[in-house]
Amino acid sequence: MRSRNLSWLLLGVLFSSSTWAESSINLTEGVTGVSHDVYDLHMLVLYICTVIGLVVFGAMFWSMFFHRKSKGHVAATFHESTKVEILWTVIPIFILLAMAIPATNTLIAIENNDNSELTIQITGSQWKWHYSYFDQDLDYFSVLSTPRAQWDNLSGPGEEKGENYLLEVDKPLVIPINRKVRFLITSDDVIHSWWVPAFAVKQDAVPGFINEAWTNVDEPGVYRGQCAELCGKDHGYMPIVVTALPENEFDAWLKEQKVAAIAAAEAEKASLAERMTMEELMTLGESTYVASCAACHQANGAGFPPSFPALKGSPIALGDVSKHIDIVVNGKSGTGMQAFGKQLTLKQLAAVITYERNAWGNNTGDVVQTADVKAATGK
Amino acid sequence: MTTKEYESYYVPADSQWPIIGALALFCIAFGAGGFVSQIGAETEGSGWGYLLMTGIAIVIYMIVGWIANVISESMSGLYSEQMSASFRQGMSWFIFSEVMFFCAFFGALFYARVLSVPWLAGDGANVMTGAVLWPEFQAAWPLIKTPAGGETQAMGWFGLPLLNTVLLLTSSVTAHFAHLALLKNDRTKLKLFLGITIILGISFMFFQVEEYIEAYQHMNLRLDSGIYGSTFFMLTGFHGMHVTLGTVMLIVVFMRVLKGHFTPTDHFGFEAASWYWHFVDVVWVLLFLFVYIL
Amino acid sequence: MTTSTTDMAHDDHGYMATGIKRWLFTTNHKDIGTMYLWFAFIMFLTGGSMAMVIRAELFQPGLQIVNPDFFNQLTTVHGLIMVFGAIMPAFTGLANWMIPMMIGAPDMALPRLNNWSFWILPFAFTILLSSFFLGGAPNFGWTFYAPLSTTYSNGSTAFFVFAVHIMGISSIMGAINVIVTIMNLRAPGMTYMKMPLFVWTFFITAYLLIAVMPVLAGVVTMLLTDTYFGTSFFDASGGGDPVMFQHIFWFFGHPEVYIMILPAFGIVSTTIPTFSRKKLFGYSSMVYATSSIAFLSFIVWAHHMFTTGMPLIGELFFMYCTLLIAVPTGVKVFNWMATMWRGSISFEVPMMFSIAFVILFTIGGFSGLMLAMAPVDFQYHDTYFVVAHFHYVLVTGSLFSIYAAAYYWLPKWTGHMFNETLAKAHFWCSLISVNLLFFPMHFLGLAGMPRRIPDYALQFADFNMWVSIGGFAFGLSQLIFLAVVIKCIRGGEKAPAKPWDGAEGLEWTVPSPAPYHTFSTPPKID
Ligand code: HEA
Ligand code: HEA
Ligand code: HEC
Ligand code: CUA
Ligand SMILES: [Cu+2]
Repeated sequence: MRSRNLSWLLLGVLFSSSTWAESSINLTEGVTGVSHDVYDLHMLVLYICTVIGLVVFGAMFWSMFFHRKSKGHVAATFHESTKVEILWTVIPIFILLAMAIPATNTLIAIENNDNSELTIQITGSQWKWHYSYFDQDLDYFSVLSTPRAQWDNLSGPGEEKGENYLLEVDKPLVIPINRKVRFLITSDDVIHSWWVPAFAVKQDAVPGFINEAWTNVDEPGVYRGQCAELCGKDHGYMPIVVTALPENEFDAWLKEQKVAAIAAAEAEKASLAERMTMEELMTLGESTYVASCAACHQANGAGFPPSFPALKGSPIALGDVSKHIDIVVNGKSGTGMQAFGKQLTLKQLAAVITYERNAWGNNTGDVVQTADVKAATGK
Repeated sequence: MTTKEYESYYVPADSQWPIIGALALFCIAFGAGGFVSQIGAETEGSGWGYLLMTGIAIVIYMIVGWIANVISESMSGLYSEQMSASFRQGMSWFIFSEVMFFCAFFGALFYARVLSVPWLAGDGANVMTGAVLWPEFQAAWPLIKTPAGGETQAMGWFGLPLLNTVLLLTSSVTAHFAHLALLKNDRTKLKLFLGITIILGISFMFFQVEEYIEAYQHMNLRLDSGIYGSTFFMLTGFHGMHVTLGTVMLIVVFMRVLKGHFTPTDHFGFEAASWYWHFVDVVWVLLFLFVYIL
Repeated sequence: MTTSTTDMAHDDHGYMATGIKRWLFTTNHKDIGTMYLWFAFIMFLTGGSMAMVIRAELFQPGLQIVNPDFFNQLTTVHGLIMVFGAIMPAFTGLANWMIPMMIGAPDMALPRLNNWSFWILPFAFTILLSSFFLGGAPNFGWTFYAPLSTTYSNGSTAFFVFAVHIMGISSIMGAINVIVTIMNLRAPGMTYMKMPLFVWTFFITAYLLIAVMPVLAGVVTMLLTDTYFGTSFFDASGGGDPVMFQHIFWFFGHPEVYIMILPAFGIVSTTIPTFSRKKLFGYSSMVYATSSIAFLSFIVWAHHMFTTGMPLIGELFFMYCTLLIAVPTGVKVFNWMATMWRGSISFEVPMMFSIAFVILFTIGGFSGLMLAMAPVDFQYHDTYFVVAHFHYVLVTGSLFSIYAAAYYWLPKWTGHMFNETLAKAHFWCSLISVNLLFFPMHFLGLAGMPRRIPDYALQFADFNMWVSIGGFAFGLSQLIFLAVVIKCIRGGEKAPAKPWDGAEGLEWTVPSPAPYHTFSTPPKID
């Protein structure tokens, strides 16, 4: 019976540890009407199952204690009873009905996208989210911002992990509270799934199709979620952060973004005339590369063949410059290689291409300037 | 069933054929896997193709050997009524599994026609799919213009497909006549009708190949021309493979007939082949209806 | 039914090849059953070792041991091996060993085919595993959703597809054999409604197999052509739909999970009456319940796809059908409960595993029911809550039932009693560690931890540590089973023909170990 003692010990440790205090063990109630309904449904089923479980397991334990051979109990001989059998077929059907009716109502509410006040298209790609505000001329990418040094412990102890480890992004999605926000969810490559537990919204992003979902948030705050469909290597590194702002603050934010967008376009134009030195390009190129490209092609340029080719010694990186610019700017459809023309500035593009042509022993000596990128693609 | 029959249920002592068969499948699957992986890759010409071919050779060797075993056991009277019931049931469940295999492809066809193609054009709850992602796309079946813009022509039902339908339906009838002849032990008629069935089968395949050539060369209808081409070639292609297999079975049966095998009461080999043939025929009728006409 | 051993005629043909040839060429259902069981166990250790690496990586946050891509390969192959390599072959092994003995048949109906079905399996898994060394194993999940497994795959798709093809051939032939044996070789007097429930469940399982394995073959074929031959079944730009893949896959996949649980129902319906010394309660309702579960399993598949954007009407239909499955399953659970009720219960090891099965499977069933509620599934889907659900039904369900069966029939197979102390240690260690392993996964899922991730946010750290500790403990406990089995084969107390006093059935009328050929003349069934 040593094993039994050990088990008590283990259980004791489990219950006394800080586990229960720190981590939540139940579904979040969330901050939307739907998420509350979902929570209530969850609790309803949980209670029903607990009660049925207690009855069934109770009866089993009863017979295990009182109807055991070692106590001299003699077996009865009954082995069927149409009455009970009908009873325990019919009663569950009613219990199920009691669950199905509220579930149906909630589901109908979830699927009703009418009367939204704001529409946002959400596009997943390996491994970032793209948010585009309909009729607002505003769109941007949202990428994991936890530094690699915090999560990559393979080669060493790494940095200490921050508070929102793996659940933080560079630019969160911003939405207003108290407005019905409609999401049009799709994907550029494989299937992803956009999930924010606090809204009870989880909708697959299917390439070539648009799925709709909506939310109406009650309280301002920062809400975090993750991609919820296996989408390849970095599926675990594709968080979602949503900032819900009061209506007036949201409107102000939207204005601000538009001003910023105009400024960025100006800077882009100005950069065309600029001629950078090799050093400048390499520095900017390296940081851009680490942020945008290293996920697939690795920091040392070795890639993960056959899925992701090595850039070190790659024919494209060593060969014709215009082909190199083309694949980075326009990507290659049907592969993980996305079009970075939209995601990076001309300056960054020039820098990252220069970097790839001169790093890791790719000593072409080529210098690619902003104007070259522009010329090669007409972007 | 009586006890007497039961006692004679024949359990072969041991046999080398199964493991040879397993080895053959291993070579085929591994070889095919490697071979297919190399499609589109720069590195060519490794041993995968040879492995695949070895596997096919072994499988032929296995089938010949195994069937020879079974035939000689059957001829030496080791088999009982119960035994052939087992064979018969086994064969019918095998055909059922083949039916389910085709169900997967028919399922894909119906899904595309009824659901995905209209959805892509904005049907139902997919208004935004059509409006935002594929604004140009129009739903139609046969899908002669894909959402990405690829174009192809539709294969009509008149002409070769109709001819093939007639051929195959006739062959089913002649196969049945051959069976009747066998039951009456009319060997000449048996040979005649079986022969005709085989010829019809072979000509079906011939015209099928013609049709494929036509599709590829003149109609731009290919495996890769969208969901219409995909379903078209997948369904007709797998059907064609089954016709081939069925024809081979019929040829084997024909040779056994020439050797004087089969009696009006005991002819499981014949029955198996003819059931299979009827099954292939029924699948074709469905194909003709849903792939060509509708 | 006769219970004495003396009046049975055993005609030992005396023929048995020796050495390696015996195993390569055999047509004997017992030899083939034994090989299936060993193969399944080896695969279980292989898949389990992968799970150990997964758990070690998830022991604490951060990437410690494997890189994310290899992690995905491990989860994928872990799932594939456990499902197709461990649980299914183990059940086929039991079917081979027991069905002919239970229905009074001399062997399986198609003995050579039987050998072929088995020997395909080691080859199929060789192909699957060798892809680790050929540029990377499948890394797209055991559900291999397109287009991750087609356009965006790592080049393992072709090996994977062909391995699945030959695995499918094996399963289909195995299933045909089971069906034909049961339909054709029952001893005179054994009508369908007199068959042991064990035989019934395998019979129905075999139908499920021939109905859905070909569909799996079909869908992997489309996967292959989409990847390498430019078809667009699962590609919207050609008019197809990635979600269509999921429909076809789950049309196979959902019946597949019942393929892994119906035989388990058959096993505990055999053991519980034995050790309660009371007839199975509601035999005929058990048969009908099993059939209804099998039927319903064909129309619930899209409950795995609630978040894919199906039309509302579809979501409702699949939700209702899925909820309905609780009714026949409930009938089974209640019948087991009633069988124990007022019995004369004793707690031999097979019974311990059976009781644990009923309780823990029911817990897994309850979480299944929660998942079936479409609006709530939006929260649970693709989180560790699902992982908790299916490990409860698969590990404490299918696997525990296999252990119950193994302990129940080990004396019959080997002729020796197993070491009871060791076996009990195996049970208790497994029971405790398995709950430590899988129960906290519910909490992780509810708190929002997605599945298939190699690294996680800090609030999940504590539970993951406990889960991993439970995992290692559970893994080590399984080695006790290996020890029990080896000891039992080597020797031990001689087993009588019927070691369990409450047992019923033809298999107990022959001596232990069962002679190489049983029932060359059919027994009489009254
Ligand atoms: C042996 C395998 C097995 C079994 C038996 C089951 C049984 C059930 N499963 Fe499970 N399931 C899996 C294996 C299994 N499942 C796997 C492997 C997956 C994940 C696949 C993947 O994505 O990788 C999965 C996933 C899965 C999902 C998808 C989750 C998601 O991805 O979002 C759903 C949703 O409906 C579901 C539901 C059910 C239900 C309702 C049952 C029912 O059959 C359960 C019925 C049993 C009971 C309910 C308990 C006993 C009944 C009573 C005591 C009667 C009274 C009760 C009431 C009236 C409430 N399962
Ligand atoms: C029948 C099926 C079955 C069985 C028995 C198991 C058994 C186990 N499973 Fe698995 N599992 C699945 C089917 C199964 N699983 C499926 C279908 C998936 C989904 C895959 C996917 O997402 O695609 C999955 C996924 C899955 C995950 C989620 C991965 C992810 O989403 O990222 C995890 C994580 O903990 C896990 C753990 C375990 C553990 C610890 C065991 C343990 O029970 C294993 C115990 C056994 C051993 C350990 C082997 C014996 C011991 C030795 C060889 C000695 C060495 C031991 C030590 C070093 C301690 N499984
Ligand atoms: C999501 C993964 C991913 C990211 C991120 C990514 N790439 Fe790629 N890249 C690929 C894939 C896949 C290919 C191979 C495409 C093909 O099949 O030709 C590729 C190919 C290339 C090639 C051609 C190499 C050759 O020899 O074929 C270059 C150059 C390249 N990428 C540069 C970049 C740059 C620059 C960035 C960042 C700004 C980047 N990539 C980010 C996946 C990625
Ligand atoms: Cu994107 Cu997972
Ligand atoms: Cu299911």
